[in-house]
Amino acid sequence: MTDALTRLLADRDWILADGATGTTLFNMGLQSGDSPEFWNVDHPERIKALYSGAVEAGSDLFLTNSFGGNAARLKLHDGQDRVGELNRRAAEIGREVADAAGRPVVVAGSVGPTGEIMAPMGVLTHELAVEMFHEQAEALKAGGADVLWVETISAAEEYKAAAEAFALADMPWCGTMSFDTAGRTMMGFTAAQMVKMVSRLPNPPIAFGANCGVGASDLLRTVLGFSAAGPENPIIAKGNAGIPRYVDGHIHYNGTPELMAEYALMARDSGATIIGGCCGTTPDHLRAMRAALETKPKGDAPTLDTIVATLGEFSSASDGSDGNSPAPAERRGRRRARTSRD
Amino acid sequence: MADEDDEIILSELSDEDLVAQMFDDLYDGLKEEIEEGVNILLERGWPPYKILTEALVGGMKIVGDDFRDGILFVPEVLLAAGAMKGGMGILKPLLAETGAPRMGKMVIGTVKGDIHDIGKNLVSMMMEGAGFEVVDLGINNPVEKYLEALAAEEADILGMSALLTTTMPYMKVVIDAMKEQGIRDDYIVLVGGAPLNEEFGRAIGADAYCRDAAVAVETAKQFVARKHNQMAGSA
Repeated sequence: MTDALTRLLADRDWILADGATGTTLFNMGLQSGDSPEFWNVDHPERIKALYSGAVEAGSDLFLTNSFGGNAARLKLHDGQDRVGELNRRAAEIGREVADAAGRPVVVAGSVGPTGEIMAPMGVLTHELAVEMFHEQAEALKAGGADVLWVETISAAEEYKAAAEAFALADMPWCGTMSFDTAGRTMMGFTAAQMVKMVSRLPNPPIAFGANCGVGASDLLRTVLGFSAAGPENPIIAKGNAGIPRYVDGHIHYNGTPELMAEYALMARDSGATIIGGCCGTTPDHLRAMRAALETKPKGDAPTLDTIVATLGEFSSASDGSDGNSPAPAERRGRRRARTSRD
Repeated sequence: MADEDDEIILSELSDEDLVAQMFDDLYDGLKEEIEEGVNILLERGWPPYKILTEALVGGMKIVGDDFRDGILFVPEVLLAAGAMKGGMGILKPLLAETGAPRMGKMVIGTVKGDIHDIGKNLVSMMMEGAGFEVVDLGINNPVEKYLEALAAEEADILGMSALLTTTMPYMKVVIDAMKEQGIRDDYIVLVGGAPLNEEFGRAIGADAYCRDAAVAVETAKQFVARKHNQMAGSA
């Protein structure tokens, strides 16, 4: 039996994912520093409204309110013992909304990073990371998620740990990384390296891609990088609605629905199949994106110049995949033999 | 794979070559070699402060610049900072004994509700690498904890970090509390984190937004120098 996302992908040329979770919950009154996951139990009607907002705006797929639902993240709120409950509820509410949509809508169980650096650079062991992701995966599965969806990952090791955990839970999955540092992930991983890593996983994702990061321009450059590397799986593009601005005590994003519609078209032209937004993307943005994808035909991949002209400047001159990366400092001493960390 | 002929004997290098080699060893994150280099320079009679500024801080400046320019990334910087720390471990007690000049002291922490500490740790390490004293409050800090530490440590600089759009507004809570108590201008307030920008830093009343750890170090140096000038001017 195939999963709901694979069935949808078989029927469609593109799929509209959802927008922002944090931004939307903030607008509903979430206080800075509070755990959004607690609302799955304390304010289920607000989480239902979050999901419904995306579905009513035309999303074919939405992520559950469980991004910070692993034990490492919940520990901050003294909620490390509530992983099962909070994630199951996140998926159950999602199931309810999706089943009432009257069309196929995929519930994707969101899994965010642990927030820790993995060994040997950091302290989080592979075994512990897998264990935490597995615990969350089982709960999202029990709540009725169609697929699991790991996102905003910086380290290849953490992405692999999530993949292993999802295999243990016997769940189909998707996974995106955040390319927010000079066009690479914080750990220096490039778009091409991600394609290579994904192709070598024993349980490859249904789709892979990029989310969050800096602005929509950078995200599209990353998508072009994926396409150039010739991936076997569909590409996911979930970019921020512009750059965050701070107005009257709240965070606003400067990307308009019109701009996000342009972004959605260019994401599809760049090779993405699953297209959505991330921070700052509201139902109004999603409606504009859906309308654009439905009414405009797929075109040629945009050039980097076109992306800049439409959506704004990149955050860095190179993303490490064009051979134009800045050169390292000149060395005066002699390089010692060192084992490669690749 | 090191060939016998390629072996670098640090103690056989001239001072100049040794410092150049230490720059490269810091860049490559080789802790034991840095410790060895520091000990050799001490044996040769270098004052601890000279070793700190010329060998270690000089080397970390290159690491910081390449991090800022998108050449080195977090894993390499963590390794370099680890090597630096090895050298500092030897120098720290000696620096205290010899009464070396102080660069300044920073209290740093991730704000309440936020558990991300990678960026903050990088700033801590690079600040230490530049010779600053750093008191790291860790993650999830409420306003009281910042204020207590600033007073107790007699700090010059407050550094706040946030990686989430949901937690970055808390920085303003801290700065507003400082204003209320009339202590805002006693400190240099630097903020950083992926979702922030200069505009945000200005809007909440910080002295500066620092895009990355290397920028944080440069900004801290500028502000500390400015503060010293002001104090000299008003004296």
